[in-house]
Amino acid sequence: MTSLRLNGTTVPVDAAPDTPLLWVLRDHLGMTGTKFGCGMALCGACTVHVDGQPIRSCITPLSAVQGKAVTTIEGVGGKVAEAVQAAWDKLQVPQCGYCQSGQVMSATALLARVPRPTDADIDAAMSGNLCRCGTYARIRAAIHDAAATLGGAA
Amino acid sequence: MSAIFHDSLPDASRRRFIAASGALGAGLLLGVRLGADAATPPAGTAAVRANAWVSIAPDGQVTLICPRNEMGQDVHTSLAVLIAEELGVDPTHVRVEQAPVDPVYVNTLLGAQITGGSTSVRDGWEGLRRAGATARTMLVAAAAAQWGVPAAECRVADGYVLHGERRLGYGALAAAAAKLEVPTDVALKSRAEFTRIGKPLARLDGADKARGRTVFGIDVKLPGMLHAALAQCPVLGGKVASFDAGDVERRPGVRKVVSIGDGVAVVADHWWVARNALADVKIAWDEGAAAKLDSAAIMATLDGAADEAGAVAKRAGDVAAAFAKTAAIEARYTCQMLAHATLEPQNCTARVGRDGVDVWASTQFPQGAQGVAAAAAGVKPDRVRIHAQFIGGGFGRRLDVDYVAQAVAIAKALPDTPVKLIWTREDDTRHDVYRPPSLHLMRGAVADGRIVAFAQKMISPSITNRMFPGVVKDGIDGFMVEGAANLTYAIPNLDLRTVIREIGIKVGYWRSVSNALNAFAIESFVDELAHAAKQDPLVFRLAMLETVPRQRAVIERAARDAGWGKPAPGHALGLAAMECYDTHVALVAEVSGDAARVHVERLCIAVDPGIAVHPDQVVAQMQGGLVSGLVNAVRGKITLKDGRVEQANFNDFTLPRMPEMPAVSVALLEGGDRPGGIGEVGVPLVAPAIANAVFALTGKRIRSLPLADGGIAIG
Repeated sequence: MTSLRLNGTTVPVDAAPDTPLLWVLRDHLGMTGTKFGCGMALCGACTVHVDGQPIRSCITPLSAVQGKAVTTIEGVGGKVAEAVQAAWDKLQVPQCGYCQSGQVMSATALLARVPRPTDADIDAAMSGNLCRCGTYARIRAAIHDAAATLGGAA
Repeated sequence: MSAIFHDSLPDASRRRFIAASGALGAGLLLGVRLGADAATPPAGTAAVRANAWVSIAPDGQVTLICPRNEMGQDVHTSLAVLIAEELGVDPTHVRVEQAPVDPVYVNTLLGAQITGGSTSVRDGWEGLRRAGATARTMLVAAAAAQWGVPAAECRVADGYVLHGERRLGYGALAAAAAKLEVPTDVALKSRAEFTRIGKPLARLDGADKARGRTVFGIDVKLPGMLHAALAQCPVLGGKVASFDAGDVERRPGVRKVVSIGDGVAVVADHWWVARNALADVKIAWDEGAAAKLDSAAIMATLDGAADEAGAVAKRAGDVAAAFAKTAAIEARYTCQMLAHATLEPQNCTARVGRDGVDVWASTQFPQGAQGVAAAAAGVKPDRVRIHAQFIGGGFGRRLDVDYVAQAVAIAKALPDTPVKLIWTREDDTRHDVYRPPSLHLMRGAVADGRIVAFAQKMISPSITNRMFPGVVKDGIDGFMVEGAANLTYAIPNLDLRTVIREIGIKVGYWRSVSNALNAFAIESFVDELAHAAKQDPLVFRLAMLETVPRQRAVIERAARDAGWGKPAPGHALGLAAMECYDTHVALVAEVSGDAARVHVERLCIAVDPGIAVHPDQVVAQMQGGLVSGLVNAVRGKITLKDGRVEQANFNDFTLPRMPEMPAVSVALLEGGDRPGGIGEVGVPLVAPAIANAVFALTGKRIRSLPLADGGIAIG
């Protein structure tokens, strides 16, 4: 039995230390907002934050996040995440929605680091997140929209 | 294409549905479940089923019992709008509940309970508005009776019946309304009276999807649920010959090792444990008939049918006589196999108990899921309850229900225990039902700047032969002639044929199906003929469309948006157009670069679905459909070697990513009097429009998909 600092609380986890964080979240803790897509860090559907940085939980063993703060789509909050999700609502980004947890987590991490991202910044930060429905144009627009909200009228 | 599947359902569900269809007759029926006969309301509420599609709770909450499955194409919201328009409620307040399998929910355009073929809104257009209008009429009648006034003096607004200063909420009226006779002659609003249809509206499922709250099939959680990973034969169609589980069943967390014929499953407390343990199960495979199959052999099989006459999909005049008079230009086009690559891998949760079978799945075909689950469990279909979940990408993959049969077969070995089967991405890529490969033999002749004769022989395996064998008649698979039989050009001598040639592996419906195959060949070849006739490809097409104003309009609009005739220096434009799913569409692709490397700069699409029920999501489907079109056009392909699929994950079956997205513009026209299909319309024209633009830029004609294999790097 080990424990995990997850979304601001510490939760006990009964899983082998080499179990990917993704499966700890989904199977052991029942938190299914984080998605399984590829298992090889190729699609970004499993993106969560570890100490504020976006990582792919499908290839991150439980042992690697000991003592670190893990944030999932269920727990992400604050000004930046709220602006991102409001922009997602405003621009009606999701279609099937399966990738969107990961997209929101990557976009939130981007805006926390780069408040006014250029298109090139967005390309770089979001290229690891596949959207099979093809919502890319709206994701890009929503990130710009969230940046404008956070930055005020500028 | 009406009622195509009526006699062609999977064996296990056939008898029930034919009987049901006979009872129902044609068209959607209302009122079959009214009053005392109403279906059991959701537990814990006293909601009244106004009819099969609408239920109204005592607090006034309106629920759409949604007959179609949500996979991103917006059926929940679009269909809720149809109900809300006539019922007189705010669509954003409509709750959506997924319908069970029931004959009343059969898609009248397809003859089975299927979400596919861009039919949901077309199918629901009359029936769901009528369901809303019927419920409204009965609510008004109940209120009028209570007040002792004529119903004609009452009106409705936002979930209330109003008369002068009085009002009664739908919730308070529902029970009384359900006891009334069902009106059969309700009048529907005219288009000018619409206040919900065609107006801006947020998706009902959008906010949850941005917050990770949506429950997809893979997210289903049940008490006592176990998890399964499955090893399937590396050769397509192969079976388990024997297996040795060694000590795997004794490992901590492992519950059982189960052979289900087409694979061996490890069932464990957690999926990761199951997946890892699977590697230690030794399996001997009977590789079966496909063991030596490769992609070259598949194409040779199609080529081997080149001399067959085939079946006629569309014909006019006399092509033989025309080609005798005017020399034919000939070309050979091919399309590749593709995986669906839904981002949610195939999965299914099943419980086989004494009280029947429960299945929780992302599926486009709940009725088929019920059939295969019944067969796998050895029970009658009416003992199987399908709990359809949100779908993490469909694209036609989830019309197949192989994973449902597997999950039930595994769960059968652990009675009364829910078991969730999840495929890995590698499983998903290597055990798909692939978009069929196709060969298109084209002949055409031009004279005086126009096409005088046009012929295609399209050779491909038939998906429908496998899934709905009774539907293929006289050599015509209605889904194989899509993109040909619906040709809009007036051509005096025309001969479009198909030849069904099986290739030894399962093929499946892939978003836009044969529209994408035939549109690549036909729209590229029309472009070839335009150049042969020394005509501008735009003018050349418009001249063949004098009697099809909506088709002309989308072409002219896409051309205008793209700046046809005046591309930027170093850029070139390519045009493609068609009618599909009762919708007119045209696309202009703008490319830059040179004969070594081409960059897709921009895609300008114009679409006329007649009426747009939810315009923002029509635009979204165009934006997304174009990306699916890029998967098909640029570099997507599935290849076989020794019966094994050579691709496995997103590193070798690569999908478009954010940085490579071209600019996209969408023009929405509404030139008709009823809605056309939307979900697949954005897909087919991407390949021919880009190929035509590449020719305009480089003089090189690429006649094979994916285009990136044609000698020019595209990105």
